Amino acid sequence: MGRIERGGQRAHRQTGQQPNIIHFHRVSTSSEPYESCSRTSTQTVGQDDARVNWEGTEHQLTKEQVVRYSRQIILPSFGAQAQSRLCNSSVLIIGAGGLGSPVAMYLAAAGVGRLGIADRDAVELNNLHRQIAHRESTVGIHKCDSAGLTCRSINSSIQVEMYKDGFNQQIAMELASCFDVIVDATDNAPSRYLISDACVLAGKPLVSGAAIGTDGQLTVYNHGPDGPCYRCLFPEAPEPQSCSSCSDAGVLGVVPGIIGSLQALEAIKLASGVGRPLSRSLLLFDALAGRFTTVKLRQRMPSCIVCGTSPRITAESLLSYSYATFTGAPSHDAGPAPLELLAPIQRVTAAELHKWVTSDSVSIVDVRPEAQFSIAHIPGSTNLPFSEAKPQAFDEHIELMRQRVRDAAIDTGDDSLHPAVCVVCRRGNDSQRVVDLLVANGVNDVVDLAGGLEAWARESGVDFPHY
Amino acid sequence: MKIKVLFFARARELAGTTEAEADLPEGSTAKEAMQMLLEKYPDLREIEGEEGKCVLALNQEYLEKNATTALKEGDEIAIIPPISGG
Ligand SMILES: [Zn+2]
Repeated sequence: MGRIERGGQRAHRQTGQQPNIIHFHRVSTSSEPYESCSRTSTQTVGQDDARVNWEGTEHQLTKEQVVRYSRQIILPSFGAQAQSRLCNSSVLIIGAGGLGSPVAMYLAAAGVGRLGIADRDAVELNNLHRQIAHRESTVGIHKCDSAGLTCRSINSSIQVEMYKDGFNQQIAMELASCFDVIVDATDNAPSRYLISDACVLAGKPLVSGAAIGTDGQLTVYNHGPDGPCYRCLFPEAPEPQSCSSCSDAGVLGVVPGIIGSLQALEAIKLASGVGRPLSRSLLLFDALAGRFTTVKLRQRMPSCIVCGTSPRITAESLLSYSYATFTGAPSHDAGPAPLELLAPIQRVTAAELHKWVTSDSVSIVDVRPEAQFSIAHIPGSTNLPFSEAKPQAFDEHIELMRQRVRDAAIDTGDDSLHPAVCVVCRRGNDSQRVVDLLVANGVNDVVDLAGGLEAWARESGVDFPHY
Repeated sequence: MKIKVLFFARARELAGTTEAEADLPEGSTAKEAMQMLLEKYPDLREIEGEEGKCVLALNQEYLEKNATTALKEGDEIAIIPPISGG
């Protein structure tokens, strides 16, 4: 009651429990200043002036809002009151990528009063096939700015806040406390545990979505008296190699789009108080089979270290908890760190390999997955895929490699000044593992391309795509 | 008795299949079924964990990791590791 907005200014839902924390690290480079949580009280406008033509109604919508949202207001299961609650709600979207894009766009369109967008990356060309909030014209721009621009072009009457350092431990509690609903649209395990912990400690429902390859998952955590948190379901972090990233495993663009759209729906349900949220229920999407499966989940786990009866993670200890150690993974989808397995003498630079290729004095074995090999490869190279997750699968290639080294040595002649076979991969990590494996099996006279085909694309002078 | 096993996400990669049929002695428990699966698909140990690195479901309902629920013909077990991409 009593909270209404006028013009483009938005007021917040009056919960009687506005967070005490009012200073948070919001960064904005836009010329348009954003309101912070703390300023909401000054936006309150007297009840009488706006209600004058709306006698007897229970909502606080303006005439313009009634027009804009009319198609969902006339929906019997939604209505003016739900719209009014939505307009006075706030949602924090963490991650403005493949999942976060449709979430931000649908929530802006639906009229969520205050949208927070947290991310720390800039838009890249390889994002555009799935991250639909971004444009060719915003490649290179911070994702918060790019997504914010899109949201405001859809609906200029909502308030958009940007958190350009992403959702990190320092601001986790303040940020989570400042919004009604939190949406996890991130791309890595450590962030998922941090967000879940912060939501438990701040008492906020968490709409969690994930997508990789052709698989999607969706659920609402920490909702209601018995809704579990992320740790209740996954008390142990997955092995780092279990967590494929989009940059390594690939993702069909529309899959995060579908899961993100469903996240927007769950956020709208929670913020407007309509329908039954997907709590204690995990939705699984198999894009190739075109199948949705729902699995009923457990209740809150009493022994859970954050939402259980004697929690070990608290608002204070969250600051010093090492999410990277717990998950064994960095909180970023940035590809693996360079490996240093081989001695420098076992490696060749892109420029040097280019000379060998030009003089046709080397045989190249490309150990990337077939799908990547088919994008582009050095002419004449052979594809023998190696997977770190299943190194034993390469065993069948070892004899082939032994033969290859023998043949190549005969071809290039005994007076060749360099090894006969070079192993290449995308980044120069798997190629080292393969050379290491070959040497361990007595196959010598093999080197790897340092920095992989990424270095080849940069340094060989040959036109080669970076992906 | 025969039961059906569904592998999701990483479990599908590790098992190399989307679903499988397992033939178990009458009265086998969910825990025994899992042990048998780990023998048949040793790579699945990556997502096994002591406390839980994946969600198990029996006929689309959450299944405690060490549940001694007796299975019956036609039951469906799903192995669901989390995915984190986005
Ligand atoms: Zn919990």
